[in-house]
Amino acid sequence: MPRLHKPKMPGLIGGLGITFKTMLRPAVTVQYPHEREAPVTRARGVIALKEENCTSCMLCARQCPDWCIYIEGHKEQRPPRREGGRPRSVNILDRFDIDYALCMYCGICVEVCPFDALFWTPEFEYSEFQIGRLLHDKVKLGDWMQTVPEPEPLEVGAETKGKK
Amino acid sequence: MSTTDAAPPSSFQVDRAAMRHLADAQVNVELDTGDMILNLGPQHPATHGTLRLVVRLDGERVISADPVIGYMHRGYEKLTEFRTYPQITTLINRIDWLSSFANEVPFMTAAEQLMGIEAPPRATYIRTVLTELSRIATFLLFLGEMGLQVGALTPAFYGFRDREYVLNLIEAATGGRFHPNFNRIGGLKDDLPWGWIAECRSTMKIVLDACDDFEDLVLGNEIFRARTRGIGIIPAATGAPYGVSGSNLRASGVDWDLRRDARPYLAYPDLDFQVWTHPDGDSYSRYWVRLQETRESARIVLQCLDGIPAGPIMAKVPRIIKVPAGETWVETENPLGQMGYYVISKGATGPFRVKIRSASFSNVSILPWLLRGVYVPDVITILASLYFILGDIDR
Amino acid sequence: MTAIPTLALSIGWGTTLAIKTLIILAIIPLGALILGYVFLLKMMSHMQSRLGPMDPGGFHGWYQLVGDGLKFLQKEDIMPAQSDRRVFAAAPAVVVLSTFLVFLVIPVGPDLVDKSLNVGVFYALAVSSLSVIGVLMAGWASANKYALLGALRAAAQLIAYELPLLLAVVGVVIQAGTLSLQGIVLSQQHGAIFGFGGLGQPFILTQFFGFALFLVAAQAELTQTPFDMPVAESELVAGYMVEYTGFRFLFFFIGEFGTAFGFAAIAATLFLGGWALPGVHGTWADILGPGVLFIKLMAVAFLMFWVRFTYPRLREDQLQALAWKVLIPLGLANILLTGVFKVAF
Repeated sequence: MPRLHKPKMPGLIGGLGITFKTMLRPAVTVQYPHEREAPVTRARGVIALKEENCTSCMLCARQCPDWCIYIEGHKEQRPPRREGGRPRSVNILDRFDIDYALCMYCGICVEVCPFDALFWTPEFEYSEFQIGRLLHDKVKLGDWMQTVPEPEPLEVGAETKGKK
Repeated sequence: MSTTDAAPPSSFQVDRAAMRHLADAQVNVELDTGDMILNLGPQHPATHGTLRLVVRLDGERVISADPVIGYMHRGYEKLTEFRTYPQITTLINRIDWLSSFANEVPFMTAAEQLMGIEAPPRATYIRTVLTELSRIATFLLFLGEMGLQVGALTPAFYGFRDREYVLNLIEAATGGRFHPNFNRIGGLKDDLPWGWIAECRSTMKIVLDACDDFEDLVLGNEIFRARTRGIGIIPAATGAPYGVSGSNLRASGVDWDLRRDARPYLAYPDLDFQVWTHPDGDSYSRYWVRLQETRESARIVLQCLDGIPAGPIMAKVPRIIKVPAGETWVETENPLGQMGYYVISKGATGPFRVKIRSASFSNVSILPWLLRGVYVPDVITILASLYFILGDIDR
Repeated sequence: MTAIPTLALSIGWGTTLAIKTLIILAIIPLGALILGYVFLLKMMSHMQSRLGPMDPGGFHGWYQLVGDGLKFLQKEDIMPAQSDRRVFAAAPAVVVLSTFLVFLVIPVGPDLVDKSLNVGVFYALAVSSLSVIGVLMAGWASANKYALLGALRAAAQLIAYELPLLLAVVGVVIQAGTLSLQGIVLSQQHGAIFGFGGLGQPFILTQFFGFALFLVAAQAELTQTPFDMPVAESELVAGYMVEYTGFRFLFFFIGEFGTAFGFAAIAATLFLGGWALPGVHGTWADILGPGVLFIKLMAVAFLMFWVRFTYPRLREDQLQALAWKVLIPLGLANILLTGVFKVAF
């Protein structure tokens, strides 16, 4: 129930009591970098690329509000799957860069990718001294795949199972 | 003139008696103070962001005050003309960045109205929970920083400390602490993770304890009362025509809350909550109303958590969303006040025009009227009690 | 221990003066450092649910303020173009000078006092109000409207709260019968509470009103919250000190915390018994005296800083109303009661 604002003792004393009480309790500070708190599973830290799933469809680059994804690819011919068939053309990814200096961590690219090639990871310790090094290329984005967590189970009453 | 000559005799006879009154006049002119123009901002700790207040002072009393806004104008309404709906969601997170989820809700509701679809009940409930969580987050900051503006250093830290728990909750559900970007047309992006509801319940206990602490530390403090009682009184008859809304108007005695009156949205029709008003219109009552509303939001969250229905989180929408042509106006009770979106769509993937009615813009428009004749420290108290965010004013 | 005066005579007047000056010059920054670290950095942090500095120096960040001081010393000396250069440079010196002069009369032992004056209390209070001039000089010479506002507020406030400070002390003086600080400590040591002489008679027991009044007035003299209008951080951003950088700001900082150290020491001397410990006399008192005074001083400083970190600030007119309409009548009433009781018992 809401309390009426008529304190039992003069408010000045009550205020002193609260600060004194807080002084005696342990502080809530986490002494980074000596101690670290693990971020939650869904935290949007950095985006990882699974290269074998990517078909250079350019959906992510088009939907990005900041236009921070740079994709270049070319088509190559592959031998047909069966005898007498047409040669297949596949997209080979030449360049897939995400510029984290521009990225605003909205997640639209991860969401619109139809082939599940992009994943969120909660990894956040990738600050650089030079802003140019914030452009993560294909290799670095592939390395981030190691930090992608398992999708966590959902709450009671949810219909879909945990997706990315 | 060489120095060896004697001083020439003066032909002008000095009348000492007449000179004496001239000497007095000289002193009077020096003592007659003129007005001083003081620039509060755009860089100033008291103006939450880049608000510039050009204040004309006579001693320590304000004669006139002119707010100069626009230092943070980012051209949102123009930007929305060239973006799709999901991209606009990321933008409007950043209008009122302290309660970002609450900004997304009216826009998504407008888009859903134009499309003629409704979010499933589970999504509506979770949206309500997250909206109230962002309300709690921004009000905890207010309760702390208003103490800071008035001079007490410690409540600000308590505000930030308790806000961390709420932000952790929002991050666990949406992935982002400040900019959740979680609403989609037709529902939400994801469902809640396992254990979230229990975590939320314990966080609400922390929030209610924090509100009790603020009441003892700040509201009950006689010095705080002396600084805020009777300062910056907004009469309801003046506040409403200026467009003041939200807690500011409720602190002047007007019983108006968009969650209950007009067109109730989200899950509020199913919920039982109280709207808090205060008869005085001063800074103290604005603090009191927001404190009670924080408690009320915690209770709303607990009610919602008890009643979340099971079910899908997203209605059936096509992959590429093209909103049919039409126009609609949706306004909601945001933490800062009444926020509205007027969306005109011409059937494309993005809107044709979005007009954003932000609460702080109208709240700040009352400042020239409100600040006449107050002292400089009271200017700070009033600015703190009105609680505007520059991103909300300038967009 | 009579060896010290004898030693002083054999060393010579000039050397004694130099030694005494150096000791006080060392104590002021050291006291400021200790107060700043313990209360401003650590106690305030824990009251705000955080840790304060932990890294500098390894053990709970004890080196933080020393590092800050060194940092200030090597900063560029910026003077506003339109400022009055000489006044601008002299202002911090005036503030620190007033702090220095206060420390001259504080006794830390029966023989350990820099200069034992017969009018010690009177001198200490008179000299501590010199800092008003320094504040005004700083505000005016900064050529900055914010600084001027802060300085004018400070001048009005500091002058207004001199009187309650004085009136609180007069009660103690009446009870002790002497203006000399050493005499006040001795009268507390040799006094008796209702005939029980074991604990002496610290004046806080009979002069609790005076103690409260002194603490409030000292808080205002140090421009600490709830009386920190001149330095209102969220309005004037350091008030009269806003244009000061580098070592000049360091002087102000040392002056502020040094004066806090001095006022806490004076409060401990006047009300808590100073260096006196019940049952300890002679040589032992000379050895233990500084430590005992330090502990009592830290207790008083704890109270002052506790209030500083909890309360919001009063507006200038409310502050003045409090001084003139509430504290001065209370001080006068305190004197009246003290006088009556002194004569009656």
